[in-house]
Amino acid sequence: MESKINRYSKQLILINSFFILAWLVVSVFPFIWTFWGSFKVKADFFSRADWMFAVTGVNTLIETGDTSTVKAYVESWTEGEFWKATMNTIIITVSVVTISLFLGTLGAYALSRSTYKYTFWILIAALIFRAMPHITLVSGYLFPFFQLNVWGILPTTIIVLVAINQPFTLWLLYSFFKTVPKELDESALIDGCTYFQAFRFVIMPVMWPGVVTAGLFSMMLAYNDFTVTSLLLNQQNYTMVPKINAYLGTIEHSGNYMWAVSSVVSATAPLFMIIMFFQRQLISGLTAGAVKG
Amino acid sequence: MLMFIGLPIISSFFQSLHIEPEQILMEVEKCDPFGCKTETKVDIEATNKLQEEQPLGRFNGLGTYGDRNHLAFDEIKEAWTNSSSIAEFTDILLNLPFYKALLFTLTFCFAVTPPVVVLGFIVALSVNTITKSLKGPTIFGVILPMIVTPLIGSLVLFWMIDAKGILGSFIQFLFDDPNLSLKSSSQLTWITLIIYGIWHNTPFAFVVFYAALQTVPQDPIEAAIIDGASRYERVRHIVIPHLYPVATFIILICLMDNFRVLEPIIGFAAEGVAQSLSWMIYNDLRSENKMLFGSAGATSMLTIIGVAILLTPVLIRTWREFRTER
Repeated sequence: MESKINRYSKQLILINSFFILAWLVVSVFPFIWTFWGSFKVKADFFSRADWMFAVTGVNTLIETGDTSTVKAYVESWTEGEFWKATMNTIIITVSVVTISLFLGTLGAYALSRSTYKYTFWILIAALIFRAMPHITLVSGYLFPFFQLNVWGILPTTIIVLVAINQPFTLWLLYSFFKTVPKELDESALIDGCTYFQAFRFVIMPVMWPGVVTAGLFSMMLAYNDFTVTSLLLNQQNYTMVPKINAYLGTIEHSGNYMWAVSSVVSATAPLFMIIMFFQRQLISGLTAGAVKG
Repeated sequence: MLMFIGLPIISSFFQSLHIEPEQILMEVEKCDPFGCKTETKVDIEATNKLQEEQPLGRFNGLGTYGDRNHLAFDEIKEAWTNSSSIAEFTDILLNLPFYKALLFTLTFCFAVTPPVVVLGFIVALSVNTITKSLKGPTIFGVILPMIVTPLIGSLVLFWMIDAKGILGSFIQFLFDDPNLSLKSSSQLTWITLIIYGIWHNTPFAFVVFYAALQTVPQDPIEAAIIDGASRYERVRHIVIPHLYPVATFIILICLMDNFRVLEPIIGFAAEGVAQSLSWMIYNDLRSENKMLFGSAGATSMLTIIGVAILLTPVLIRTWREFRTER
């Protein structure tokens, strides 16, 4: 019945669909364009004569004998050592997600069950750190890292990323834990569980959606980070994003621009897959953060 | 029990990691006896004397803050006394690196945020009305610009906007000017960056608004329909008031995120005409021969102050909320 009252007029539906379509084009088209263009040569993707060349691939046909080519991919992965960057990204992402989830769940659980006043201050501190520009933190880390001779290696970067990520994870998980009723762990304790057992066997199963959401956000942060990784890692240990930036910086190789284009696609594709898979958790996580914000 | 394990972990975590930057900055600016001495002592034992003197440079007090690259007191004073009109004074002021960067950062913040909120709201409203089966893919498409890293996102757009790319050619065609390039003038670059910012941030506003729309109570809307309110009136008087708190949240997050704008500037290769505070720090730390820790530190501190000013409203609000909760 409700839907009957709330019916939409014809024009509204029309305007609406048109608007959404337009917006979808605006947000999706750049990616499709880049994906398509990554299979062309540079002369086509940045075609001086006619932008249609990028669609039809005229120069690609001339240079490689086919309308599309995977040359840029092959070269960037082998010659450009993009595989190395990928490996580093995987190492960093997996470690950051694991560590920050481990600390985050324990910490947020404790905070949500605590009745003390300092809970508030810890959460506020977390909020403030969330607002800090990452680069200001990095500029602080950089010097001691040089002094201690731990600059440029993966573990330190992982620690910094975890630290940057932790406030947000904490807030998110905190608001998730708040929704789990206290009676649940109390009854577990009465039944003879230790604190840890109660946490592990009673709370965690209920919390899976929250943990997945927090994990996704940590993953996105670690995967997407540019500021921290580009400043704290040395050339050999670069992850994907600074690597792409490095491709742009070197001019001596003419194929480099296409390397960057193809690496952008290779870096973005897995992210899209994962997000597509976990879309629901992502959105619920954003909401939980927003309501508490 | 877990509380006693968990809390120290977190608090020590924060202390160990986040106070660190300040400590170093103190060393740079004030040479706080605490941090400075311990640092150098380790050096004397561990490395040779040259390095012991090198690491932080000489003691400079608050000098770094006042120099030409930061607050530039002397230059301002000079400009104030020498310039004949306000316009001339502001002109000189905005040519100083720090104020230039500050101007861009603030412009970026305040130009991006309002359109983001409005667009996000409209997109959320329209996505909310489409049929259920189409919702999933649509949402996925809409949030794409948000989930890619800013650097990649800006590169993707940059390649299209390039004079030889599709959008660049299209714009040239539109204005019938084959030499028109968005990179040529500083105003156009700023506009491009701002458009990019809107493109990148709208999905976030959309997602939050969309989620909040699901919580809008149905009863008042039905009552309004019975009372004969039009669709516009319903949105204006029921939905929007319901979304106010969410909107403030979005505005704050947007301001905070845009305040640290850095990647788009690198992605768009716009360092020449548009510098942000973050970019200044980045540049200091990236410089070839020697890293300018002091300069970077001073800019960091100033940035943190900026963030703090932006953040005060939300802190006050959270504090009030927390107190009422008790």
